[in-house]
Amino acid sequence: MSDNSVLLRVEDLHTWFELRRFGFFRIGHVRAVDGVNCVLGRGEAVAVVGESGCGKSTLARTILGLYTPTKGRIVFDGKVLDTKDDKAMQAYRAQVGYVQQDPFGALPPFMDVRRILDEPLVINGVKDPKERDARIRQALEDVRLTPVDDFLGKFPHQLSGGQQQRLVIARAIILKPKLIVADEPVSMLDASVRVEILQLLRRLQEAYGISIIYITHDLSTVRFFSERIFVMYGAKIIEQAKTRDLLDNPQHPYTRALLNAIPDPDPDNAHRFREVPGGEPPSLMNPPSGCRFHPRCPAIIRGKCDAQIPPDLELEPAHKVACWLYADNVQRESA
Amino acid sequence: METNGFLHVEDLILHFRTAAGTVQAVDGVNFQLGRGRTLVIIGESGSGKSSLAKAILRLLPRNVQTYRGKVILNGQDVMPLSEERFRREVRWTKMALVPQAAQNSLNPVLRIEDQVSEPLITHGRVSSKEAAMDKVRQAFRLVGLPVDFLTRYPFELSGGMRQRTAIAMALVTEPDLVLLDEPTSALDVLTQANLMNVLKRIKKEFGTTFVLITHDIATASDLADDVAVMYAGQIVERSSADRFYREPLHPYSKKLMASVPALKQDKQLEFIPGRPPSLINPPKGCRFADRCPARFARCAEDPPPATVDGRQVKCWLYH
Ligand SMILES: Nc1ncnc2c1ncn2[C@@H]1O[C@H](COP(=O)(O)OP(=O)(O)OP(=O)(O)O)[C@@H](O)[C@H]1O
Ligand SMILES: Nc1ncnc2c1ncn2[C@@H]1O[C@H](COP(=O)(O)OP(=O)(O)OP(=O)(O)O)[C@@H](O)[C@H]1O
Ligand code: SF4
Ligand code: SF4
Ligand SMILES: [Mg+2]
Ligand SMILES: [Mg+2]
Repeated sequence: MSDNSVLLRVEDLHTWFELRRFGFFRIGHVRAVDGVNCVLGRGEAVAVVGESGCGKSTLARTILGLYTPTKGRIVFDGKVLDTKDDKAMQAYRAQVGYVQQDPFGALPPFMDVRRILDEPLVINGVKDPKERDARIRQALEDVRLTPVDDFLGKFPHQLSGGQQQRLVIARAIILKPKLIVADEPVSMLDASVRVEILQLLRRLQEAYGISIIYITHDLSTVRFFSERIFVMYGAKIIEQAKTRDLLDNPQHPYTRALLNAIPDPDPDNAHRFREVPGGEPPSLMNPPSGCRFHPRCPAIIRGKCDAQIPPDLELEPAHKVACWLYADNVQRESA
Repeated sequence: METNGFLHVEDLILHFRTAAGTVQAVDGVNFQLGRGRTLVIIGESGSGKSSLAKAILRLLPRNVQTYRGKVILNGQDVMPLSEERFRREVRWTKMALVPQAAQNSLNPVLRIEDQVSEPLITHGRVSSKEAAMDKVRQAFRLVGLPVDFLTRYPFELSGGMRQRTAIAMALVTEPDLVLLDEPTSALDVLTQANLMNVLKRIKKEFGTTFVLITHDIATASDLADDVAVMYAGQIVERSSADRFYREPLHPYSKKLMASVPALKQDKQLEFIPGRPPSLINPPKGCRFADRCPARFARCAEDPPPATVDGRQVKCWLYH
C-alpha cells in the first residue's frame, strides 16, 4: 500500500498488563497484544475477529491511545502516536470515533441523550445551537432512535441495550471522524436494525472516506461490511486477507475451525451438539511455546509447531497466514 | 404444546414514567412455559424483551408507572409476595436472571470468586466457604473459563469472560428457571457454541427451564423448544420452535427472519423499512401496521390473538 493511502500503521505492537496481588506483589504479565503488525488504508473497513479474550479490545484501545504500548508503535496519518503528549492526543481523539464494547459503561449516567450528543459538538466548536440541534436529531435518525422526541430527554439507564449501543454509535459519528473503531457495535441489535446500522456505517465510510475497524464475532455480517479481515488468536494476528478470500478460502487451521462453528437458523440444531475444537484458549500469561494454537490444532507438525513461532507467510498478495503448514510453499515460491 | 405449565405469565404490564410520557414497555403479555422447556424470545431492539424479563423477576427501576399482572411459578402466583419474601424465596433460588450486558453487573472492586460464590452463601445453599468454592469452580468449568481467573478482578477480564462469569453466577444456585438476556451477544462463535452445548447439557440433566432472550436467531435454534416474538411491548407470535423456524406466520416475524444473514449464502441483506411505533403513543390498531406489507382496512382495529393450529398469532390475517 502506498504511503499516502495508508491511514494507520501498527508496528510490532505489544500491550502487556501487569497483574498484581495485594497491591504490590507482581504475579506476572498478561500479554494481551503480543506482536501485532497491520495496516489500514484511508476509507478502508477491516474486520477483526477472534475468540473471546484473544486481545481484540486491547488492540482497539491501544490504537485509540487509551493504553500505552509496552513495545512497538502506532503511526496515524504519518505521525507516531505519543500517549504522553496531551495536546496531540486531544487532537487525535477528535479524529477517531470509538464505539465501546460495553455501551452502558461508555455513557455518562447523569446526562440525558441530548447532552451526550451535544457535548462533542460544543467541545469541537459548533457554536450555533440550531445547528447542534439539527445535527443531534440527524444522528438520532441515522441510528434509528425514533421518534427522536421520545428519546432526547432519556437517561442511559432508561434505554434498552440496543438503544444504548445505537446512542454510542451516534456519538461516535456525529463529528465525522477519520477513523471509527467499533468494538462489537451491533451485538445487541436484532438482525433488521443490525443491517440498517451497518449500512449506515458503510454509507458514512463511502461518503466521507472514513476508515473503520470493526471488531465483531458476527462473521455473517462481515462479508457485507468489510474489505479485509484480520483473524486474531492468542494476542496475535494469525491470518489476514481480503474478506471474500478469507471466508471462501481460509488457510489457518484456527480460521477454519472458526468458520465451521457458525450456525444457521435450524430447529434441528436443538437435537445435536455443536462441533468445537477441543482444548482451551491459550493462557496469555504463559502462552504456549511455538504456535499458540498448537495444543488445539488438528494439523500440528510435532517438533516444529510446538517449538518455533510461525512467521507471517504471504501466500498471495494481501493474504498472510502465520502457520508452518505453508512454510514450504512460500519458500519454494520465493526461491 | 406445554407439558405442564411451569411458568404462567398473565396480562403482565410494565409501564415507565418519563419526561415525554408513559412508556408502555410491556403491555399485556401472556404465555405459558412447560417445565424443562426453553422459550426463546426474539424481537426488535427496544420492543420490551428485557423489561419483560425484569418484570418477571421484579427487578424494577425507580420510574415505574404501572406494574401488574400474574407471574405464576409452579402453581404459585409470586406477584402478591412481599419484597422480602420474594427475595428470600424466589429470586436466585427459584429463578435467576443473567442480565443483558451482564459485564456491568459485576462489582468492580470484588474479586471474581467472591462474587460468584455470594448467592450461594447468602442463600445458605452450602455449609462452608470451601463447599461454595467447589461449586463455583464447577460452574466456571461449565462456562469454559479457566479456574485461575477466579482470583482476578472484573477489569482484568475481557468482555466475553465477564459475560460468562455472570452466567456462572446464575447457574451456581441451580435454580429451576433461568432467564438469560442476550447471553451470547459478546461471544465469538466458538465460545457461543461451547456455551450452547453446556446449556443443552444442563437442560437435559437437571430439567432446568430457560427463557432465552436473544437477537441471535441462529444460535437460539440450538436451545429453542418454543419461540415468542415481541413487537412494541407485546407478543405477536408464539409457536413451537420447529414450526416457527420452518415458517413464521406473523408479517413481522417473516420480515425479521428474512433479515437474518447466513454465512453460507450470498443473499442480499434485507431490513424492515420504516420505524417501530412510539411506545409512548402506540397506534390504536395493529402496532406493526405502518410497516406491514399485508395491511388492510381491519388492521386499524386492535388485532386479536388468533390461534392457528396451536400457534398464536396477533394478526387479522389469521382471524
Ligand atoms: N486491564 C487489564 N488487566 C489485566 N488483564 C487484562 C486487562 N484487560 C484485559 N486483560 C486480559 O487481556 C486479555 C485480552 O482481553 P481483551 O479484552 O482484549 O479480549 P477480547 O479479544 O476483546 O475479548 P472479548 O471478545 O471477550 O471481548 C484477556 O485475557 C483479559 O483477561
Ligand atoms: N427505566 C426506563 N424508563 C423509561 N423507559 C425505559 C426504561 N427501561 C426501558 N425503557 C424503554 O422501554 C422500551 C423497552 O426496553 P427494553 O430494554 O425492554 O427493550 P429490549 O427489547 O430489551 O431491547 P434491546 O433488544 O435493545 O435490549 C425501550 O423503548 C426503552 O427505551
Ligand atoms: S503452525 Fe502448526 S500448530 Fe500452528 S496452526 Fe499451523 S499447523 Fe497448527
Ligand atoms: S394485523 Fe394487519 S397490519 Fe398487523 S400484521 Fe396483521 S396484516 Fe399486518
Ligand atoms: Mg472485547
Ligand atoms: Mg434488552
